Amino acid sequence: MQTEIAVLRFGLGARPGDLAAAAGDPRAWLMAQIRGAVELAGNTPLTPSDQIFAEVQAARDYAQEMKREGAQAPAATGAAAPFNPVRNAYLPHYRAQVLARAQSAALTARPFAERLVHFWTNHFAVSADKGAVSGIAGTLENEAIRPHVGGRFIDLLTAVEQHPAMIAFLDNQNSVGKDSDLAQLAARRQARRAFAEQGTDASGKPVRQFGINENLAREILELHTLGVDGGYSQTDVTAFAEIISGWSIGGGKGRLAGGTPGRFYFRDNLHEPGAKTFLGKTYREDGLAQGEAVLSDLARHPATAHFIATKLVRHFVSDDPPPAAVARVANAFLKSGGDLPKVYAALIESPEAWDAGARKFKTPEDFVFSTLRSLSISPRQPEEVLHSFDLLGQRQYTPGSPAGWPDTSKAWDGSDALMHRVLWASRVADRYEQGLEPVDVATSSLGAYARPETVTALRRATSSTQALALLLMSPEFQRR
Amino acid sequence: MHSFHSRFDRRRFLLGAGGLGLSAALPRVLFAHTGGSARLVVVILRGALDGLAAVPPYADPHYADLHRELAIAAPGSPKGALALNGTFGLHPSFAFLHERYLAGELVVFHAVASPYRDRSHFDGQNVLENGLTRPLGTADGWLNRALAALPAGAGAGKAGEHAVAISQNVPLILRGDAPVISKSPQATPDVDEELLSRLADLYSHDDWFSARLSEAVQTEKLTDEGGDPAPAMAAAPGGAVKPAAADRVGGAARMAATLMRSEGGPEVAVIEASGWDTHANQGGAQGALAQRLAGLDGALRALAEDLGPLWPQTAVLVVTEFGRTAAMNGTRGTDHGTGGCAFLAGGAVRGGRVIADWPGLNPGALLDDRDLRPTLDLRSVFKAVLDEHMHVDARTLSTRVFPDSSGARPLQGLMRA
Repeated sequence: MQTEIAVLRFGLGARPGDLAAAAGDPRAWLMAQIRGAVELAGNTPLTPSDQIFAEVQAARDYAQEMKREGAQAPAATGAAAPFNPVRNAYLPHYRAQVLARAQSAALTARPFAERLVHFWTNHFAVSADKGAVSGIAGTLENEAIRPHVGGRFIDLLTAVEQHPAMIAFLDNQNSVGKDSDLAQLAARRQARRAFAEQGTDASGKPVRQFGINENLAREILELHTLGVDGGYSQTDVTAFAEIISGWSIGGGKGRLAGGTPGRFYFRDNLHEPGAKTFLGKTYREDGLAQGEAVLSDLARHPATAHFIATKLVRHFVSDDPPPAAVARVANAFLKSGGDLPKVYAALIESPEAWDAGARKFKTPEDFVFSTLRSLSISPRQPEEVLHSFDLLGQRQYTPGSPAGWPDTSKAWDGSDALMHRVLWASRVADRYEQGLEPVDVATSSLGAYARPETVTALRRATSSTQALALLLMSPEFQRR
Repeated sequence: MHSFHSRFDRRRFLLGAGGLGLSAALPRVLFAHTGGSARLVVVILRGALDGLAAVPPYADPHYADLHRELAIAAPGSPKGALALNGTFGLHPSFAFLHERYLAGELVVFHAVASPYRDRSHFDGQNVLENGLTRPLGTADGWLNRALAALPAGAGAGKAGEHAVAISQNVPLILRGDAPVISKSPQATPDVDEELLSRLADLYSHDDWFSARLSEAVQTEKLTDEGGDPAPAMAAAPGGAVKPAAADRVGGAARMAATLMRSEGGPEVAVIEASGWDTHANQGGAQGALAQRLAGLDGALRALAEDLGPLWPQTAVLVVTEFGRTAAMNGTRGTDHGTGGCAFLAGGAVRGGRVIADWPGLNPGALLDDRDLRPTLDLRSVFKAVLDEHMHVDARTLSTRVFPDSSGARPLQGLMRA
């Protein structure tokens, strides 16, 4: 079963030939995948985040201008959606990112590394549900995670927290220190104009009160590094929010002009000045570097090592992570200073991970990607992928919450969810059965996991379409 | 404003008795004993609803200063709150809830919180749903444990299910030993029956899969028998990134009503709605949060309409994991807080009241100098509903359903006799 565990549990499912390729030395097959950047497999062209950002911004400006002028929107033709320039700007990028992700999962020759990419994307979750992120959610994965997944945790962490998708998702771009240059300037102006008492400026708009937003700071601590029980207090959250005030996105107008539009930009005039105490340590004022110093300490913190190890073991071993495996992986994290290939190696070397009895129920993502690989399908149109995930309840890049999608079977095993899987499996079978021999697919995709009763059921099926649907819905295919 | 202030110096008092008189006009008697047992719908608002926007304490002298442009003005002002009792109002998006209040069918709770005192959504939701005082420690939810204690028979579904989760999967609040079903508003077109029967054979040696498959088949039958199925949620045309959240919760509410009205349907339903985490550009009487609240209000209206004759025996509990900061933050939103609001609506509810032991928003009163200080434990509400409405016995409630809850005594008289 070692080969099956390597390919099906650690990887994304077996393309024909995968099991044979791993059979000689399953551990070595995994180890060979874990170092260095992980490129997208497939050939869908993608646009970089700064360019998408600029396109969406231009569409927003245009929409605002239309609104100001009271211009009539061009009439929508037929049953098409109403004309929406902003949506038209971000949607093609979202669709391309979803398609590219599925193709890469279907085709990659490094499926374990690809799964690790998905793991980190879910760990550092952003959601395309949020307007400001809709066009760039997938770019976090491709631009910040893929380059660093086989490198050091601190580099991964820094790239993620300084990516515009994360900054925008957790609202840090306009977080302003109370004593920052900008806030001070605004305060002086208000005092001069003496409008402060009424709370409005001359045009009747409320006076802008500047302050921090603690969302990003809190989630970095709770979800990205230390974990909720990592020993920080509300005071630490507030201090950290001040430390990273000014971590923003380039572009903007007037006093907020500066930086390259759509790229990470440190706005000195928004940053709360001064030394700050965080987790009992004082960090001297150092602009952008003050926050980077905190990240660097967080990346080496034992609570971070434990938290990341727990999540990795939950993902690769069991919903209830065995403490011995967690300790082994956490120790590798600490000892190596967060050198991720060493962390992954500790995971591979954990005997608990190779227990054939401890299988995870697949998430919809696991189910779709392993189906693509098992049937040698690479989707060509975004719709194929989008509709699949709509149906199965895991729309790509929309975990909805910064905690990411749940990683335990309880969150995915509802009876209604199972019915949706049956429906999807039968549609896939309808569409792709031609030229496939279900019993052969069972062998090439499940190897020794295929139970005799399943193979018998496939042989007795009334059609190859029905057989294929049965295979995809068999308990052994539904688990990894 | 001055008289108000002096009233608030006396800390302990319950506000109430708003519109009770009006409800006498309803033809309750006609329905009281026709449909069998009590119905309960729990609506979980994930992401932490701002209670100070949903239920503005407009008469608190510190409210407008703290909440600034997010504050809702007093009733009578342009885009002002819908009046409740001279102190609190409802957000102007809550037209339906306001009608229910005037009809004596809504209790509004304020300064309420679960026992959780930190500010993580995920731990907060765990505590809201697991019924404990800490985020971890049990894999089942309080509502499931309460169901397990329900008197057998009356109203239970064909396989003994009392409850349905309106989603593909079962949320923590409903997980546990008592059988529950799940059903999402997204319709599943008919799946080939023969495939299902062959799958049932294939699963016969795997209890885990076979239990789920038979539940799913049962539920499909339930919706078929329930008459008009809930309108299928359009599968995001052209792969739109977001179907309107308002439609999602509305579809869920209609699905809940359809199932509850069907023969042998569940008595209890859980609906989830997300998108309340308003850290930036929250808006006031209009804007992002106002739209969400209008969607919720519309969903509750649809639920009441579709429950029809069951409404008089229904209670709908609307809760969130915690409130948000009393002061607006630097990005025209609010950060994670503590005390907030909750609602109990329905024909079975003795409403027209605001229940709030208001701690005030003056600087000394705020929890950790930032949050509305909770003065009521949500478990006191949960226990009262389970006791008075669902008739779960008091001992079970204080031991199995809500362990360590002796400090949270059930409120009295929330439901009509």
